Amino acid sequence: MASALNLTWHQYRLERRMFWRNPVAAFFNFVLPLLFLAFFGAVFSANQRNLDIIVPGIAGMSVMSTTFVALAFNTTFLREQGVLKRIRGTPMPESSYLGALALSAVTNTVLQIGIVTVAGRFAFGTGWPRDWGALIVFVALGVACFAALGVALSHAIPNFESAAVYVNVIFLPMLFVSGTVYDATKEPLFLRDLADALPLKHLIDGLSGAMVKGQGLTANGTALAVLAVWTALAIALAVRGFSWEARRG
Amino acid sequence: MVVSDLAIDVRGLRKSYGAVEAVRGIDFAVARGEVFGLLGPNGAGKTSTVEILEGYRQRSGGDVTVLGKDPARRERDLRARMGIVLQSSGIYRHLSVRETLTHWARIYPAPREVEEVIALAGLESKAAERTRRLSGGQLRRLDFALALIGDPELIFLDEPTTGFDPAARRAAWETVRALRGLGKTILLTTHYLDEAEALADRVAIIKDGRILVEGRPDELGGEGTTGRYRVSYVERGETVARETDDPTALLNELTSAALARGERLERLRVTQPSLEDVYLELTADEQVGDADADRDQAVVGG
Ligand SMILES: Nc1ncnc2c1ncn2[C@@H]1O[C@H](COP(=O)(O)OP(=O)(O)O)[C@@H](O)[C@H]1O
Ligand SMILES: [Mg+2]
Repeated sequence: MASALNLTWHQYRLERRMFWRNPVAAFFNFVLPLLFLAFFGAVFSANQRNLDIIVPGIAGMSVMSTTFVALAFNTTFLREQGVLKRIRGTPMPESSYLGALALSAVTNTVLQIGIVTVAGRFAFGTGWPRDWGALIVFVALGVACFAALGVALSHAIPNFESAAVYVNVIFLPMLFVSGTVYDATKEPLFLRDLADALPLKHLIDGLSGAMVKGQGLTANGTALAVLAVWTALAIALAVRGFSWEARRG
Repeated sequence: MVVSDLAIDVRGLRKSYGAVEAVRGIDFAVARGEVFGLLGPNGAGKTSTVEILEGYRQRSGGDVTVLGKDPARRERDLRARMGIVLQSSGIYRHLSVRETLTHWARIYPAPREVEEVIALAGLESKAAERTRRLSGGQLRRLDFALALIGDPELIFLDEPTTGFDPAARRAAWETVRALRGLGKTILLTTHYLDEAEALADRVAIIKDGRILVEGRPDELGGEGTTGRYRVSYVERGETVARETDDPTALLNELTSAALARGERLERLRVTQPSLEDVYLELTADEQVGDADADRDQAVVGG
């Protein structure tokens, strides 16, 4: 029997092939943040301060859409369709399968961050990231946090038809309060408090420090800590409620 | 029967969901190479039973052994030796039939040839088609193919033809017969009587979580079990039916009375109950409320 690692690899390759064959998923996971980048980049093209805000902001959005949005949708769909259950009836180890799904999501994140970084350097004048180490740490933590949150959310989504509502009710407000395309510190106080409680703003702070301001990890210690707490909570929720089968109803 | 000849051994199996007792202590055994049918109406406990054997659900009581192992432990090795066709389950929509099977083959230690399985499932003309373009019947064949690709010793089929048109059902039956020809052990559930009759070497009729009778389809209906005859005739436009162990005496009684009255017994018949009669009788209260479609199906092959 192929080793667990081997199967993860085969499953991963399959996930990639299927991803590119599914134009809807490819659009929402992939093209949308790039459209945001192009649009706001054009709007703010005369103002370097604003460009410095949107590049890490869109990078944060990319992390969230490739992990949180994608996994909430995929897990719900695969569970409702019975694909998860079918896989579970084969000798494929559960960890190989879920690992491959996660790896596929991370691949999209890395591709997107790559594109945003290159765009930052060549189109938006933000230059190359100042601190690669901090960038890697924040992206990794953001991926873990939002991937787990996506899987955890899927437990609450009753069926695939309503998935878009559940996902967007969280994704869009979080996007707007967290300063994706403007300086969150200029928001009214209650919105700022809300943003401070949620993980995305902290991810963007960390990315901004790494990509634009040249701050290391220590300068964004709070952001790192909040993200870490969210990540731990999200993983606990994702694992605890995980089900391979749709609820009866 | 020697223990090692058994593919499945179920003793006192129970399954409850909260207050609902879906399976209330059932026993049965399936020999290697045998096709065993669990026949029963909706809600009888078929899926609960099968999914415990497949390792999907935990039992509430009793003992089960599948290929010598406890399925609840979900050993990878055991899963490699069985093939599962669930009552319903989806598949990757953006892959072709061949791609899906090629991937599945990698999951198993000693898979069958992909092309051979495609042929066995009757999917040759659809091998390159994306699965989302397949019809319901073709998807079911793909279910069969996926259950077969690992070359399992034991195959579970949970209501494999429910919702099929007659042609698709016949095609599915042919596949099951082909599997039997390969020496596979098969556990099949169905609420179609004719399906159990056509495919199973042995049938257990299950209702409300209990097995009511078990035996070969021809035995269940014929002498062996009930040993009863039914004598019927039409009198003043109404069918009169009486059951007896001794049709000779009853016929004598009925015919002499009729002769004495100078009457004829119209449409006089002596019949033995078929599996259909046994099934309808045993599951009688269920049949009244059940969907008409199901009833029609049950009668088709009788
Ligand atoms: N997961 C479940 N949770 C609660 N009740 C269930 C569940 N699965 C089945 N049941 C109940 O158990 C009984 C038997 O169901 P099932 O095993 O699906 O029967 P069948 O497959 O013969 O139709 C039914 O009353 C059904 O409603
Ligand atoms: Mg069922």
